[in-house]
Amino acid sequence: MQFTLANGLTVIVKPDRRAPTAVHMLWVRVGSVDEVDGTSGVAHVLEHMMFKGTPTLRVGEFSRKVAALGGRENAFTSRDFTGYYQQIPAGQLEEVMRLEADRFANNQWEDAEFTKEIEVVKEERRLRTEDNPRAQLYEAMNAAVFMASPYRRPVVGWMSDLDAMTPADVREFYRRWYLPSNAAVVVAGDVDPAQVLALAQKYYGSARAGSVPLRKPRLEPAQSGTRRLEVKAPAEQAYVALAFKVPNLGSTGLDAGTATASDEDALALTVLAAVLDGYAGARLDRALTQGDARVADSAGAFSGLWGRGPQLFTLDGVPAKGRTAQQVESALREQVVRIAREGVSEAELNRVKTQWVASEVYKLDSVFNQARSLGSYWALGLPRDAGERLVARLRSVSAQRVQEVAARYFGDDQLTVATLLPQAPDPTRKPRISPAGARH
Amino acid sequence: MTASTQFLIRLAAGMLMVAVCAQLSWAGIPIQHWTQPSGVKVYLVQSPGIPMVDVQIDFDAGGRRDPREQIGLASVTASMASRGVMADGAAPALDENSLSEAWADLGASFGASAGSDRMSFSLRSLTYPDLLPKAVQLAARQLGRPGFPADVWRRERERMVAGLRESGTRPATVAARAFAAAVFGQHPYGFEATEATLARIEVADMQRLYTSLITPCRAKVSIVGALSRAQADELVASLFAGLAAGACIPLAAVAEVEPLAAAREIRIPFESAQAHVLIGQPGIRRNDPDFFAITVGNYILGGGGFVSRLSEEVRQKRGLSYSVYSFFSPGLHAGAFTVGLQTRPDQATQAVAVSREVLERFVLGGPTAAELESAKANLVGGFALQIDSNRKLLGSVANIAWNNLALDYLDSWTQQVQKVSVDDIRNAFARRLQPQSMVTVVVGAVAPAN
Repeated sequence: MQFTLANGLTVIVKPDRRAPTAVHMLWVRVGSVDEVDGTSGVAHVLEHMMFKGTPTLRVGEFSRKVAALGGRENAFTSRDFTGYYQQIPAGQLEEVMRLEADRFANNQWEDAEFTKEIEVVKEERRLRTEDNPRAQLYEAMNAAVFMASPYRRPVVGWMSDLDAMTPADVREFYRRWYLPSNAAVVVAGDVDPAQVLALAQKYYGSARAGSVPLRKPRLEPAQSGTRRLEVKAPAEQAYVALAFKVPNLGSTGLDAGTATASDEDALALTVLAAVLDGYAGARLDRALTQGDARVADSAGAFSGLWGRGPQLFTLDGVPAKGRTAQQVESALREQVVRIAREGVSEAELNRVKTQWVASEVYKLDSVFNQARSLGSYWALGLPRDAGERLVARLRSVSAQRVQEVAARYFGDDQLTVATLLPQAPDPTRKPRISPAGARH
Repeated sequence: MTASTQFLIRLAAGMLMVAVCAQLSWAGIPIQHWTQPSGVKVYLVQSPGIPMVDVQIDFDAGGRRDPREQIGLASVTASMASRGVMADGAAPALDENSLSEAWADLGASFGASAGSDRMSFSLRSLTYPDLLPKAVQLAARQLGRPGFPADVWRRERERMVAGLRESGTRPATVAARAFAAAVFGQHPYGFEATEATLARIEVADMQRLYTSLITPCRAKVSIVGALSRAQADELVASLFAGLAAGACIPLAAVAEVEPLAAAREIRIPFESAQAHVLIGQPGIRRNDPDFFAITVGNYILGGGGFVSRLSEEVRQKRGLSYSVYSFFSPGLHAGAFTVGLQTRPDQATQAVAVSREVLERFVLGGPTAAELESAKANLVGGFALQIDSNRKLLGSVANIAWNNLALDYLDSWTQQVQKVSVDDIRNAFARRLQPQSMVTVVVGAVAPAN
């Protein structure tokens, strides 16, 4: 069930009465895609600062109160959206809605809190990216794949932007984007929709309405030639990733009557990725990682499908001992070429479709996952039943269409190749700290 | 029409049934328990809401029983058990690819893994009557006659060795290995597979382990799903049909973990953006009478997300680390008590000092009454969150089965937490933790020269 409050806030409720628990999520349609150069990472820093209080709630009180209600909580930031959640005994729903509505409308903190928390965020960046060679590779790759699209910047932000970030940057971002018409409350679990709506009205209804800033398109210009990059990092294994630009599935694509040609292609590319890598022993495993002449220790394929920005089809692999990244790159592309040449079998096609159908049932086991799906569909402008409709649409994809997209989207011009060149770790070298980041 | 097309249509039709949900009774979680003639012990919770079933089968066949020269044997035996099945009567052998295709065609999954104590097999399937029997039959073949192909093992060993070398370039892995070795000394909980131990493992070793330990009379089967008791009983009987009953002679005891004699500091220079810090010692066994006092106390010390003492002092007040935590790992033996964090190398000394002070103060003084009240509010109030999906419930049922806990353990869990006092926690931590003789591992803490 879905409602809209007078101030523009969306409310989505999914009752599931198997257990006396509920999950409450607040989704804001703002992520790193809405940032600009110089303040990369601000959407994520704001997510951290949302735990730092309101005029009526001291630092740390939000988490203490949720914990005292028996709740578990956290938050997440992606390119496309930001989300906050509490998992709670169903009887405590009203209290977490009151708390979340308060910080959504009234987040407020001292500069000193920012000064401490920005250091936590830098530690998060060091943990996730700087000491993770493959994460470094993907960060560098995105910056090469995209020139105009804001997807070129990392969600966590560049270190120098974190060093230079100010409390005012964060407050300004909050003021611009945290508006009822840019947010959705999702509640799933042992709840009554009418009651949830009444509570949403009571606590979120007073949040000031406002218009969401104009979003500039910042479209990625067409790529016309292969881009290659190398990243050196302490590692033992090499690694290679190939990214091909592919179309997004829009909301039109969920209905056969309105689907465009590029929607149909996006669906077929998702099937292609599953035929290549959807189960153990699928094509990439068989061709690259098995037998005496195997070239890779692992190989994968992934199709982006949908998002607020441009999507990629990614092939990746780790060379086997004595093999090179170049050999893995060729072998990965050869598997796509083979499908373009020979097509896929009905058995493969049905196999991957069966898995999607079954996974729609398994998904029902987790109330949290159901709420997360509903929130992300809303954030991407998709209908609430996008999951089921997607599976129905994927089931209609023909072997012929899969063969066609394999032939059409995997040339050289739309390709970026990133290679990790492993470097032996040197214990005598100084730690990799940017001078600006060092404090004593 | 291929077999998988039929299933697809069947599955799609079945999805309509899902809207009809039944609620579990929350007056208590009724666990039905019985033993089959083969000796298999069954633990069932009926959960009719979704047409699916989850099954976990546990054996006393974990890594703690690995021969000293073949560390990793249990773990690789479990992973190789999914690499094909032998021929069985009219049913032909399946290689690794045919086997995984067969699972994918059923929309179901079956796999095995091994930890220090247990080797566990997990089945997940939809319960549609034309589907579940096929999934159970395939699982029974895999459980009863795994192939252990030698050529696949040679390949997997190469991949594992490459993975081990790669993980040696990551500060988190280097820290974890040094910590386990220092905390556990000569106890198998501290042994890790290496190139040398993997090189000494052949498929014959896996077959030997499998034949001696994977037998019905050693199995504990936990089931949560949309099955009647009769259906569950039949499912288990079918799963084990291919395994000989076995004699089930009691297995040799494994020695206990020795306490640490003195404090030890291990500093490993490492080229990384962060120093990884681990502080700890042997903790408690799962059957320790202090289990609940330790559980509640650790929530306050470093387990409770953003509200623990460690999180407050290290992250919130000082901004030293993104992640800081403490935990116990109670097993058949005393698993480690661990405090962990990661921080910029020049801050490592400060972060270690702050963490140690928090730890020492907690062990000495215990929690405040207010902290205990908050901890109970969270643990008791949030109890239902531990079991609000089939998958979570399965973990709880398997825990009861494995540790021989009372069948009403889940019903009495909140009472056990409520009974814990400030003194209980202080006494338990004083008994179990010795901050003056812990291991401290710091990987990467080379102070910058400038």
